[in-house]
Amino acid sequence: MRALLLMLLLVGIAHAGEWSGNIAIEGRVFQHDALDPRQDNSNFSFSALPEYFHEWNDGADSITFTPFIRVDSDDDERTHADLRELKWTHVGDQWETHMGISKVFWGVAESQHLVDIINQTDLVENLDGEDKLGQPMLKYSTSREWGTLDLFLLPGFRERTYPGKDGRIRTIPRVDTDLVQYESAKKEKHIDSAIRWSNTYDIWDVGVSWFSGTGRDPVLIPAIDSNGEVVLAPFYEQINQTGLDVQATIDSWLLKLEIISRDGTGDRYTASTAGFEYTLYGLFDSAHNLGLLAEYLYDERGRNAPTFFEDDLFVGARWTWNDVQDTQLLAGMIKDSNSSERIFRLEASRRIGESLKLNIEAQVFSNIPPSSRFANFNQEDYLQVELAWYF
Amino acid sequence: MKIAMRILNLTLIATLLLLPEAYALTPEEKGLEIALETDRRDTGWRDFRTNMTMTLYNKQGESSIRSMKSSSLEGKDDGDKTIIVFDEPKDVKGTALLTFTHKQGADDQWLYLPALKRVKRIASRNKSGPFVGSEYAYEDLTSQEVEKYSYRYLRDEGCGDHAPDLVCFVNERDPVDEYSGYTKQHVWVDQNEYRPQKIDFYDRKGELLKTLTFYEYQQYLGQYWRAHRLMMVNHQTGKKTELKWEGYEFRTGLKDNDFNKNSLKRAR
Repeated sequence: MRALLLMLLLVGIAHAGEWSGNIAIEGRVFQHDALDPRQDNSNFSFSALPEYFHEWNDGADSITFTPFIRVDSDDDERTHADLRELKWTHVGDQWETHMGISKVFWGVAESQHLVDIINQTDLVENLDGEDKLGQPMLKYSTSREWGTLDLFLLPGFRERTYPGKDGRIRTIPRVDTDLVQYESAKKEKHIDSAIRWSNTYDIWDVGVSWFSGTGRDPVLIPAIDSNGEVVLAPFYEQINQTGLDVQATIDSWLLKLEIISRDGTGDRYTASTAGFEYTLYGLFDSAHNLGLLAEYLYDERGRNAPTFFEDDLFVGARWTWNDVQDTQLLAGMIKDSNSSERIFRLEASRRIGESLKLNIEAQVFSNIPPSSRFANFNQEDYLQVELAWYF
Repeated sequence: MKIAMRILNLTLIATLLLLPEAYALTPEEKGLEIALETDRRDTGWRDFRTNMTMTLYNKQGESSIRSMKSSSLEGKDDGDKTIIVFDEPKDVKGTALLTFTHKQGADDQWLYLPALKRVKRIASRNKSGPFVGSEYAYEDLTSQEVEKYSYRYLRDEGCGDHAPDLVCFVNERDPVDEYSGYTKQHVWVDQNEYRPQKIDFYDRKGELLKTLTFYEYQQYLGQYWRAHRLMMVNHQTGKKTELKWEGYEFRTGLKDNDFNKNSLKRAR
């Protein structure tokens, strides 16, 4: 795999292609002191995400190379580099193959992505889990009358990233990725596989997926690190997961459903996200659109679920100006059904001039119960401002 | 036999009496005929690729650029299929929109977001909204199927200052879709080649909202006319959008498979 990637890189750079991408600066401030005195109340970072693309054979073959780097003022774990993509794509008649490091997305929901399992979450990037690490893969895809069938072979597991001892936002005790454990004796060399079928029937977009291999979300087990500090050690199970995602698009309504059924070391369990997005177009005779979102998040494991969301309601509003600067605002709240726990989140973005983009993000954690493993998140309210330059 | 002859005679007389009526088209029939002829002359192109550049001007004359690539596949029994991919602004580079136009009912649309590698089915109900902050609404850019409007021929007149030598049919068309942002459009179509020369758009209150003027027509494959510069002026806000089409390539061999979610993700 490594030799193949190196070859791809050399072949790509030897040819003339096109570069694009962005570099960005980001600042983050926290309202409260963290419980761990090693954590600061602000941090600053720089990131770069260039993309190189080259195609030949009249577009039938192409190479995509997308490295990523972030340098953080505080957190050694957040200072990291990743190959988001380094792949060769070949397109035939009704089929295509992708070889190398790549990223895929499955699903329809907004508040969480249960079905989406191919790529590992790059959690140091953002708590929202939208940032993903590049995954080595061989992917074959064919599009026919009966739908699209994707077959994946996934050699090389990627560990989830976690903030380091100086970093925020993290659990206390922190996760020490040096103490990683696997259920499989092959550890990170276990080869995972996945299949997905998807199709469109009139207003319905349907996907059914199956994954077998190392689960992407680890169980966190208390442990002692080499300095005698109490930490959490990530333990990655072997799982089989079947997923279903459905969207019905009716007029101004998007009705969404994601369900997974997972079989791991514990009992088989089900989790789901179900909800809608309803959009008011041309609000008050303006060009603005207002999307109203609601999703119910369920996990059969209840309180034992290693997630925030086991019986929660997400409500949100997406306000799009439809202006020249592409101004957007997304505000959301997730409310736990069994406690007064609430998480508020705001995201806003606007283009400045032709190639700058301003992104603002804020999150407030309210009344996380002391018994919760995320109890210290009550201290983690933050405001983040990012300015990105695109080329 | 006699009775049969009398019936035949009566039928003949009746037919002769009705003939002038049958040949004088109502304004609605003539309007539809113009639309059908416009459509007939633009049938059979199969597929094309082209580059489009939009320049958005505000009231102060400040401008902003949008550049896109577009490919289209002509529909046989249903509407056309189109993919539009953004090059500029740079922050939306690679964002792509797949549209299946339908002669009847709502179009299907999927949006590809390259940063997330996510394809989202979107509600095409948003047809009256502005396209990327421009003076074009989505419905102005989608395939103009005959079935999407009802028609009424108004008059013959000159096509306007930009085409002083041409005489036009002026045709009114009312959108069938209740979600259209327009109550009516007046379309100037030249009588030589049935090319749209100018369109006046009337908003939901019936007021004149925008005027679209077509410039620099060129003919492809000896049949298909394409305007290379279009100017959309919003009379109510004073903003305008210039749209330039360049590098038309017809019959490039695009197929149905080039217009699905997989190809949308690969579109450049």
